[in-house]
Amino acid sequence: MGYLLEVRNITKRFGGLVAVNNVSMGVNTGEVVGLLGDNGAGKSTLIKVISGVYPADQGTVLFQGNEVHITSPMDALAMGIETIYQDLALAENLNTPSNIFLGREKMKKILGFLNVLDHDYMQQESRKILEKLDILIPSLRNRIRALSGGQRQAVAISRSIYWDAKFLIMDEPTAALGVAEQKKVIDTINRLKSHGIGIVVISHQMHDVFQVADRLIIMRRGEKVAERITHETNADEIVSLIVGAETVTQNPGRAAAP
Amino acid sequence: MTRRAGFTSFIGQRWAVLFFVIELIFFSSLAGGFFALNGVQIVLFYSTTLALLATAETMVIVTGGIDLSVGFVMGFASVVSAKLVGGFTDRGLPPDVALLLAILITLAIGLLPGLVNGLLIARLKVPPFLATFSVQGITYGIALLLTQGSAAVNVPNLANMIGNGYFIYLIPGHGISFFTAPPATPGVTVIDIIPTMVVVTVLFIAICAFVLKRTKFGQHTYAIGGNIDAAVRAGINANRHLVIIYVISSFLATLSGIIYMLEYVTGKSDAGSSFMLDSIVAVVIGGASLFGGVGTVWRSILGVLILSVLEMGLKMMGVQTFDKYIAVGAILIFAVLIDQFFPELIHKED
Repeated sequence: MGYLLEVRNITKRFGGLVAVNNVSMGVNTGEVVGLLGDNGAGKSTLIKVISGVYPADQGTVLFQGNEVHITSPMDALAMGIETIYQDLALAENLNTPSNIFLGREKMKKILGFLNVLDHDYMQQESRKILEKLDILIPSLRNRIRALSGGQRQAVAISRSIYWDAKFLIMDEPTAALGVAEQKKVIDTINRLKSHGIGIVVISHQMHDVFQVADRLIIMRRGEKVAERITHETNADEIVSLIVGAETVTQNPGRAAAP
Repeated sequence: MTRRAGFTSFIGQRWAVLFFVIELIFFSSLAGGFFALNGVQIVLFYSTTLALLATAETMVIVTGGIDLSVGFVMGFASVVSAKLVGGFTDRGLPPDVALLLAILITLAIGLLPGLVNGLLIARLKVPPFLATFSVQGITYGIALLLTQGSAAVNVPNLANMIGNGYFIYLIPGHGISFFTAPPATPGVTVIDIIPTMVVVTVLFIAICAFVLKRTKFGQHTYAIGGNIDAAVRAGINANRHLVIIYVISSFLATLSGIIYMLEYVTGKSDAGSSFMLDSIVAVVIGGASLFGGVGTVWRSILGVLILSVLEMGLKMMGVQTFDKYIAVGAILIFAVLIDQFFPELIHKED
């Protein structure tokens, strides 16, 4: 079996600027890949190509072994490719079940003809998915606004898993979180891994990436400059790769065997 | 949560109810006949038009928008319906047919201002404040043109009978009659219970409250007000939804104008001129946030009752209603401050 998600020779230009230059990478099921690079290295652009925000100028995307054409974020969602954005895309005025079911509400009939929201069902299902991922939310009736950053992150993740995400893209999942909360998010990512989800994590927090990622891909000025197995490298090497202090030859042979 | 926070939260959530109760006690003891059946009915009757506008405004404000046109769409509708019914009866139609036709046509025409508002706001990204302010001017202008600056008064008496009729007429010891008043007989007292227009108003308000609270449409309305990007990413067609919301708002304002025409047997372009502000004040008193995402229809109706009791109470006490404006302004400032300083206490759960 090949990669769960693979991109081959992706190039994306904005006018004269080459944001992503001929990048190839793949993620296995149950694997976490850390995508690292300085600001403007092309990480976000690459991610947005995968999640359907930008069309690629060149290159192909393969999902579950088949070439796919992702032309909008809705295409990506329908395939099971979900992006957990930094701003989380939650409606803060609604509670947890309402957010998990947003746009896909469960309805029930009353009086034989009126379709109303089935809050009980949505609450039970939400409780189940949160338990499955071992996530603790004080009260499901609390609006998202009343939750902490880590809890919000957890709700966003639960929503994608409930709706059958197979591949998750997480943009700075631990940014703006307290230390205890960061650890919780990392625990959650590890749990998702054991459920066979493929994950790409973009992060500036070197420490967190080393804790969760199996493999690291380093980008600089739109190009992929290196790929490392996490436990075979160290933070110093990665930092020098990010800033370009060291000349490194690409070594695709060291990619994790699928 | 500490006891102190619990107390603040309690007050934060219920100050409007407390204020309403204090208001009732105050006017009951100072204004004669206020807390009698008649007094209550007068307040309810007076509240109908504003209550429909506040319901419309609630739905719009929950999306994070604002509709400044409701008051003048109401006046516009009162003029259009009065003109139509007058024209139809002049051409020989019986009053009941003329009235029915006029109401149906007015309701259809009344969707247009909302459609314009919605398209400007959702498709062309005009800020709601400017879009609805412009539409307000246009509807007011058209209403003025139609009446040449005066009122449309050529309305058959049937409108008066419907608009000022009661749901139940009770003749103690003799019987009960619905909708139609029994012929006046000397020596027999008839007790009028619940004005018909109050029944109609409550019906429409209940439908809107139900839609907002229990349906998918309502849920999406709150989601759009809370985080429109999240709503769009969740697959909700936010643009279409906003257009529908402004059309509903305009429909309710039109209904309010028709009820005004029936109650006052006249169409006036400025019938709702003071309601533009009052409807927004009522919604804010009801705890809705002008930032969107928070608010319920019934709480806004409480806001309407607070304003109506204030106005009627002052009138019954013989105080000049100028004082009302000062009081309304003060209440509004208070409501906004509560929202500003205790949002998490008021809106912790939904």
